[in-house]
Amino acid sequence: MSDSIIKVEGLGKKYIISHEGQERYTALRDVISRNTKGIFKRNVASVSSKEEFWALKDIRFEVKQGEAVGIIGHNGAGKSTLLKILSRITEPSTGRLEINGRVASLLEVGTGFHPELTGRENIFLNGAILGMTRTEIRKKFDEIVDFSGVEKFLDTPVKRFSSGMYVRLAFAVAAHLEPEILVVDEVLAVGDAEFQKKCLGKMNAVSKEEGRTVIFVSHNMAAIRELTSKCVLLKKGQVVKFDSTTEVVNHYMTAYSEDYSKLYYEIGHQNIVKLGHLLNEVSIKSAEITDRPNNQITTGEDVHFKLVINGNEDKDFEKMVIGGRIMTIDETPVGAFFSSPFVSVKKNGQVEAKFYCKNIRLAPGKYYFTFWLGEGDYRVYGRDFCSVDRVCYIEVIADNKGGVAPKWYNHSWGSVIFDNCESN
Amino acid sequence: MNNRIVIEPGRTEKNYWKDLWRYRELFYILSWRDVKVKYKQTVLGVLWAILRPLLTMIVFTFVFGRVAKMDTNSSVPYSIIVFAGLLPWQFFSNALTESSNSLIGNTNLITKVYFPRLIIPASSVITSFIDFFISFAILLLLFLVYGYMPPAEIFMMPLFWILAFFASFGPGLYLTALNVKYRDFRYIIPFIVQFGLFISPVGYSSSQIPEKWQWAYSLNPMVGVIDGFRWCIVKDAPNPLMHYPFYISLAVTILMVWLAIYQFRKMEKNFADLI
Repeated sequence: MSDSIIKVEGLGKKYIISHEGQERYTALRDVISRNTKGIFKRNVASVSSKEEFWALKDIRFEVKQGEAVGIIGHNGAGKSTLLKILSRITEPSTGRLEINGRVASLLEVGTGFHPELTGRENIFLNGAILGMTRTEIRKKFDEIVDFSGVEKFLDTPVKRFSSGMYVRLAFAVAAHLEPEILVVDEVLAVGDAEFQKKCLGKMNAVSKEEGRTVIFVSHNMAAIRELTSKCVLLKKGQVVKFDSTTEVVNHYMTAYSEDYSKLYYEIGHQNIVKLGHLLNEVSIKSAEITDRPNNQITTGEDVHFKLVINGNEDKDFEKMVIGGRIMTIDETPVGAFFSSPFVSVKKNGQVEAKFYCKNIRLAPGKYYFTFWLGEGDYRVYGRDFCSVDRVCYIEVIADNKGGVAPKWYNHSWGSVIFDNCESN
Repeated sequence: MNNRIVIEPGRTEKNYWKDLWRYRELFYILSWRDVKVKYKQTVLGVLWAILRPLLTMIVFTFVFGRVAKMDTNSSVPYSIIVFAGLLPWQFFSNALTESSNSLIGNTNLITKVYFPRLIIPASSVITSFIDFFISFAILLLLFLVYGYMPPAEIFMMPLFWILAFFASFGPGLYLTALNVKYRDFRYIIPFIVQFGLFISPVGYSSSQIPEKWQWAYSLNPMVGVIDGFRWCIVKDAPNPLMHYPFYISLAVTILMVWLAIYQFRKMEKNFADLI
């Protein structure tokens, strides 16, 4: 008998994308009217174009009892779809999946939390949703409360919780599940550093000490390295590499070479950030680095960018702000900047926004940018229109003229170089 | 390791009913949540459950009893006759409305965790039962007010409670599954509830329907339920179990539940993608 706890064979998931309208759901009236139209216009080619899209294709891997396996890949590589199939939320279109044990999935912390209910009530509710029985929860209640550190607010409705407290309580419940297999999706992106550390520690204990199997999806390579021993690298719905974490992460980070050899980035499906608060009223069509023929800069230099922005059909937009974020290649944010409100785009129009980022005091290493467009003052409150991720890759090289050390230890010194200090 | 699960496209769950049983805790807690949330932040709270049927009953007694002079020459107060019909009807309309919107109202659960989806509409029907029992207490109060002694058949009531549950669960389940795919169905529900009130024996007695149309009238599953309630509460009401139309209602109820479960199971695996 094999000791594999999860066995995935040729798994695939197909979605039908309809290019007809923006509606999220079908209305019966549309189906009826479409079909009636069909009767009268037999010969006319159907207006609605439907496209098959394979979110996952021929996925194969095996996980053994007690292993911690990471799943990495770009946005849109199929990670979330894979997790959804593993946790039985949706059904695959092809292939086969064998699971030996109880699965608890944490695709979002606080799933099913009800804002009107108190912390105490939500512990029971959330626990039950994640598959615990009341007796189990009661037994662990004190432990959960202790871990979350919100005992003072147990009888307050969670709608009055700060987002930090909310997440801590939610993770505390989840951390006390006792399934054979724990499926976790990026829950660590929230909460303060101390709590994140606590979460990582807990997950480590779950897999290493208690011998449970953990499947962990993250963009955070540091967390992946720390937690997992093996990794699946997904690209465009297929497994590119399935090997030890060190191997796969290295492969993943060097796989960007093509992005370092171009300056112009056409925005595609994989770059578009999908977040609930984005209004998507305008869109970014392309991003470009305009003054660096080889994607390289030295510390302290400027970088010039050009974004092409598309307006919409309804109205003009004025005084939009461009925001930018610098990320290291292993997806750790380094810093952000905001422009003055200078971007305007006419109805149905297109505009080129040129700007530059001054005096980039980054340590030698590989970086990329995320841009977004919004309006209002980001320090107070703003409205965000759209955001694009993973564009404009740059490599910062050491400044040989002196000043900065030729060798910079990014992993322990960080990514920002401050000015030399003076004695006073 | 006895929890071996195989996932394949189109594979029908072998342990479907066993799984449902395993998740009974969740069923209990979701019902509890719905009840709790319903009465939180309402000034009158549980009083709403009393007020609604009470006011409807008063209006009915007034309109049908006084204005339309539909008062039967029965010895039983008209209010009690109406209330006996109103009780299951309100339960039905509540349960139908709640359960048909239940899946959409719980989108965040459906797209984030696995559990047998049947739990959601079922627990929302159970929630309506709470309101139902509160209304039932009013009925007992009415007995006292009118000094009315119900017949011994009142002990048969639980039988019809179960029937009422299934009569609302079937259509509710069917509609909620369809509602996930076609949002039009949420507009149909208020219509069913409004229209249904007139084709169910709430304000009148089903014996007032001509004999030759009895069979068609009984295709409405609520006819059997309401007749049953009347029989248990009103002294001289006919025993529906002795007449064939009741069995038509019963058959329609069973058929609907079966059809709904069949349809639901067929659609449930794609709920997360559709919703």
